Order: sequence, then structure tokens, then C-alpha cells
Amino acid sequence: MSNTANAEMLTTQDGKPLKAALSRALFREKMRSLMLIAPLLIFVLLTFVAPIVDMLWRSVENKIVSDTLPETVVVLQEWDPATGEAPDEAAYEALYNDLKIAVAEKTHTRLGSRLNYEKSGISSLFRKTGRRIKRMDEAGPFKEQFLEADGKWGDVEVWQVLKQLSPRFTGGYFLNAVDAEQTPEGIQMKPDEDRIYLFLFGRTLFLSIMITISCLLLGYPIAFLLASLPLRSSNLLMILVLLPFWTSLLVRTSAWKVLLQQQGVINDFLVWIGLISDANRLVMINNQTGTIIAMTHILLPFMILPLYSVMKTISPSYVRAAKSLGANDWIAFWRVYFPQSVPGIGAGAVLVFILSIGYYITPELVGGTSGIFISNRIAYHISSSLNWGLAAALGTLLLVAVLVLFVVYDKIVGIDNVKLG
Amino acid sequence: MKLKTVILAGTALAFAGHTALAADMTLVSWGGAYQASQKNAYTDPYVAQNPDVTVIWDESSPEAVAKLRAMNEAGNITWDLVDVEAADSIRLCDEGLAMEIDPDTDLADAPDGTKASEDFGDMLVSECFIPQIVFSTTFGYRTDMVPDGVEPPTSACDVFDLEKYPGKRALNKQPIANMEWALLCDGVAYEDVYTTLETEEGVARALAKLDTIKDETIWWSASAEPVQLLADGEIFMGSAYNGRLFSLIEEQKQPVGMAWDWQMFDLDGWVIPAGLPEDRLEAVKKFVHFATDTQRLADQAKYISYGPARKSSAPLVGKHATLGIDMAPHMPTDPNNAKNTFVNNYNWWADYRDDLDAQFQAWLAK
Repeated sequence: MSNTANAEMLTTQDGKPLKAALSRALFREKMRSLMLIAPLLIFVLLTFVAPIVDMLWRSVENKIVSDTLPETVVVLQEWDPATGEAPDEAAYEALYNDLKIAVAEKTHTRLGSRLNYEKSGISSLFRKTGRRIKRMDEAGPFKEQFLEADGKWGDVEVWQVLKQLSPRFTGGYFLNAVDAEQTPEGIQMKPDEDRIYLFLFGRTLFLSIMITISCLLLGYPIAFLLASLPLRSSNLLMILVLLPFWTSLLVRTSAWKVLLQQQGVINDFLVWIGLISDANRLVMINNQTGTIIAMTHILLPFMILPLYSVMKTISPSYVRAAKSLGANDWIAFWRVYFPQSVPGIGAGAVLVFILSIGYYITPELVGGTSGIFISNRIAYHISSSLNWGLAAALGTLLLVAVLVLFVVYDKIVGIDNVKLG
Repeated sequence: MKLKTVILAGTALAFAGHTALAADMTLVSWGGAYQASQKNAYTDPYVAQNPDVTVIWDESSPEAVAKLRAMNEAGNITWDLVDVEAADSIRLCDEGLAMEIDPDTDLADAPDGTKASEDFGDMLVSECFIPQIVFSTTFGYRTDMVPDGVEPPTSACDVFDLEKYPGKRALNKQPIANMEWALLCDGVAYEDVYTTLETEEGVARALAKLDTIKDETIWWSASAEPVQLLADGEIFMGSAYNGRLFSLIEEQKQPVGMAWDWQMFDLDGWVIPAGLPEDRLEAVKKFVHFATDTQRLADQAKYISYGPARKSSAPLVGKHATLGIDMAPHMPTDPNNAKNTFVNNYNWWADYRDDLDAQFQAWLAK
């Protein structure tokens, strides 16, 4: 009897069930490998995942209004902006109570600059009112006193902005990022002269595609040479590819400025050989041409290196076999060699495209006004206008665009077809 | 074993050394000739008097607003004093990132006893701003590219005259200053410029004026760019900071002249970051009191052609420290240069900057 029971439950030598012992051993092993990758995991979480989550959060977060003006926000829920009239005394009283605390804590100006993103003039309205609030009569009437401090407090639009931004979360930054705005009649596109972001997204995509294509056209023959030349000469060529790769980005960009500008080396040379006249020097910088040339140069190694490592693995005997079966050079290349190099093209194109879509410094320096990217506006909102919410929304859209393109790429080419070597 | 001890001891010493230097003071400025002038005029004499103070310079002023906000969010303020433009000081003050000061108690009186608030006067554009210099955005032009038989340009408005002065221009890639010049040169009276800019028609009018030279204009974003473009002969005329033009003309001897009329006055000064611990605040206040007194501000003008922000410093401005030339004629505030000046309205820009900037950038991109 006991024998059959033992046979049913296998045990280790010291009598523990084998299943438990195995899972414990596996668990220990898993923990050990987790410990080994823990530094990397923590690093990635802290420096990659956390900032992205923080960015996504900032693009919708809007608690500043309800935190600074808690009473007003509640009173404004009753008010309907469609009446076309400013709210009644109760709202002004609530505003007075809120602002008094806000001024003491000096948070009213911060709220003012937040609301100013939605409507110009609110920043100074809050600053001005902040200075007046101490002198206001605590007994009221408040509406009169606020209107006396600044007539803008009678403006329905000001109150409407306040009411609209009362919730703790807002889609306003995203609306702004696609050139739309919230109006009393619902969401509408902004007037033509204010639209900029969709246009810039489009241009960023267009220029990135152009840069990817020119990198491919220039990089493919070089990678082919690198892979097919004898080792000694291909090493020399490899150094020529890597040398600019190791040179500072700013140095290379500045060098392009010297070369491309109208009084620059290339124009001087063309004038000297008489190809163009002195009065008609070519404009090759501070526009899209400048951006495409400089960025292609900077990103070229990212195309060449994956191409090279894939081509290196293509055995020359396939092409020889094709030729021995009667193919000419072109057909042997196109039907036999090229398909095998496609994974390298995929890897290089994805690398170059994703790098260029978020590029910032080179377009800023050589792009003038027609060659700048969406990333330049993001940088502007981070460092100059301090509109971090809008910058976060634009960044999120850029991230989503890249992910969508990645999925499309996967559907068409297949991500398994990407090889780095 | 021995090596380990040495390393440990060294690390311990480094830490001890770090904490012992409680008198470290981190000043943030713009680098280059301007920061050098501050070092020569302010910190070198201050350190000579207070040998226990160590000054650390950080050249982060161009990103100061964003970095101060990030420091504030992280709750760790590593800067003690930050050099910013007037418009940024308003922004920092509004955001609660800079500390409000009381000019009469925090800043030194003039030698004749005039209160600081009066001596600085209108220069105190926000509650947090400690003014140092007046600089201007003005126009430089290539003297060798002026067409024959034509008077050289004298005014900012000449930049719009493509017939008289053909050639490329350079302008700052932002609405501030350009919008004002456009309206002014289109015939709007000086005092009406900002009220006109508040209307849609006014903005359209300014952009239409800028449209006339848009194809001939290179837009700069770093202040070194227009000066380099002038030096290369890439442009005929461009807006730049007057101190940069001074060094291009007087120090590098380039064939460049200046068209001073309707120069755009701007201010630069210190702000103290909000939330400094007590001891550091005290140390930095002591330094600011010293560094913004009448003599120190006048001394700075020996090294760079920016005007001191105090009225009482103006008579003390002397010769350039190394070139030996009189500095007064190169100051934006000199009567010969300041016949027509435009004073930037910072508070107006604090309100309308976001709005106009969106329109301006959309216009640029098209």
C-alpha cells in the first residue's frame, strides 16, 4: 500500500516532494537572474519609464486651478457661461476668499501664468489684483471692488476660462497640440494664422523620411563596398566611416555652416570655376536643404553599420551560383543579393528615422525657419515659455506617432525582418 | 590593503572638504565676455575682501528659467544667484521661483545717500529683480557693403528699406523687438505700439511689414550668430546685442558700423532663487549688497559696453580696461546713441508673449 503511495508522489532523497523541490530550485534560479539584471532594470525604470510616465501625466494634469481657487471652482459649477453674463456676487466673494489665501502664499501669479496660456492678459490681471486684494473691503460688495481693480473681471471670457479649467484633468494641452481649442460651441480648429503644430508634425515626418531615403541611397553602396572589399582596404574605409561618427556633433554641424553658407567654401568654389555668378550664390543653409544635408551626414553611420553587418553574412557563393545559372550582374544583385540585405535596410531605416524624428540641435543650427522640427518647439516650451504641459502633450504625440509607424512597419515589412547583424 | 586605505582616506577628505566649504557661492551667468566682466568687477574684489568665500560660476543663464523650475520641483536649490533678463525675472517672480527683495534694505544706497529704490528707479521692473546693466538690441551693418553714394544706415527702420540697402538681414527668431520695430517703422507712433499690438489688425500689420523682408532675412536664436554672420559678410545688416557689436568693431576690428536709432533697451540683473536655506541666503544677500553698489556697477563698464543700471554710476564710467578707449560713447545710454530709444514693455510681454509667439512662429513657418 505504502509503496504505491510513494510511487504516486515522487520525493527527493530527504523525503520532500519532488515538485516542490523543483519549483523552489527554479524560483531560486529566477531570483538569482533577477538580481543579476536588477541594476539594469532599476536603471531603465528610473531613467526611461519614470520620465515617460511623468511626461504623460503632465500633459493632462491640471490641479493648479482647483488647488488655488477651491471655493471659486465650486461656486462656478452653478454658473452657465452661455448666459453671456459674468457670474453673480457669490462667485466674486469666493474669489476674494481664495485669492486672499493665494496671495499670502504667493501662488496667485503662478495660476495667472497658467491661465495665460489659454487667454492672453490673465497673467497681469492676477498680478494686478494680487496687489489690490489687501486693500479691498472685507465686507463687500466684492463684484464692484473687483471690477474697480480691473474691468476684465466683468469679462465673461475670463470666467469661462476659469470654469473650463476647473477640473483636475484637462485635454486642453492635447487640443492645443493639434491646433484646436475649446470654445463655447465645442471643440474647434484654431484660426488659420495660429495653426502651427500639425504643420510642424507633418514637416518633421516629411524631412525624416527624406533624410532616411538619402541615408539609404548614400549608405547602401558604401556598406556594399565595405562588405565586399578585401579586409585591408575595407578596414581603412571603415575608419573613414567611423571617424566622423566619433567627432562631436556640434563640430560637424558648424563645419556644415562654414561649407554651405553663401560666402562659404562651396559657393566660393562654384563662383571661382564660373558655374554660378557672384550675384546668384546658392542658398543651401538656414532652410530645409541645410537640415537634410547636415542630418544625412550625421546619421549616415547609423545606416551603414547595420547594413554592413547584414551584408557581411551574405555568402558570395549565392551570387556566384546565380551567375553560373545565367543571371547577368544586375539580375544577380537584384534577385539574389538585394533580398538578403533587406533586413539590414529595415534596421538602418528604422534607426535613422527614429533618431531623426526627435532630432533637435542640428535643425536648430542649420534649419533656419523652414527646416526646423517639432522637437524645436518642444524645447522652446520646456526652456523658454515654461509651458511644460503643452511640451508634454507634443512629446506624447510624437511618441505615439513613432509607435504607430513602428506597428505599420511591422505589418508591412515585419519586425522579424530587422537584423542588426 | 594600503592602497585601499589611501583611497578611503582620500574619499573621506574629499567629503570633509566639501562640507567645510560652507561658503561656496554658485553664481549663474551667460559666460563669455559678460561673465568675465562680472568676475572682474564684482567677485574678484569681493573674494579679495572675503577670502573664505569661494565663487563657483555656472554658465546656465540661457536655461535658467527651466532649470530653476526643475530645482524647485525637486526641492534642491543648488544656485545662489542667477543672472537673467528682465522679462525672465518677471516670469520667475510670477512662478514663485525667485525671491522678492526690498531694494532699500537689501541694496546699497548711492554715495550721496539716495535710496536704492530711487537710484535704480524704473529699472526695478519686478519685485524680484536686482538690476545690473542696461543693454540694447541694435543694428550692426557692414560698412564695406553700403552701396556707393548712399548714406550708411542710422536707424533700425533702415532694415526694412531693401531698395536703398539691398542684401541679407538677420533678426532674432522671436516676436519681441521685431514686432515693435515693424509697427514703428510702418508709421505707428511710439506710444501706440503696444496698444496696436493688442489688436488682431495690429499684429497683422506688423507681420505684413516683416513680410516685406522675410525672404531676405536669416533668423538667429543664439546671440553669437548675428555677429558671426556680420563677420562672414553673410548679411548686410542684423540685430544684435550692443556689447557683442562693440567687441566685433573695437576688439576684432571688423568693418562694421552701428545704426543706433530706435535701439531696443533691455535690462539684465540678478534674481535670488526662492527657498534658499538661511545661511546661504545671508551670504548671498551680503554679496548682492556689495556687487550692486554704485562703484561696482560703474567698474563693470570698464570691461563691456553695457550701461550701469544705477543713475549714480553713470558719471563714474571710465576707460576700457585693456583697450584704453573711452567707454561712454559706446554705451547705449550715451546721449548721441540714445536720441531715439525704445523701452521694452516687459509686463506687456509677460501677458502677450505666448499668444504672439504662436502667431509669429506660425508666420515664420509658412
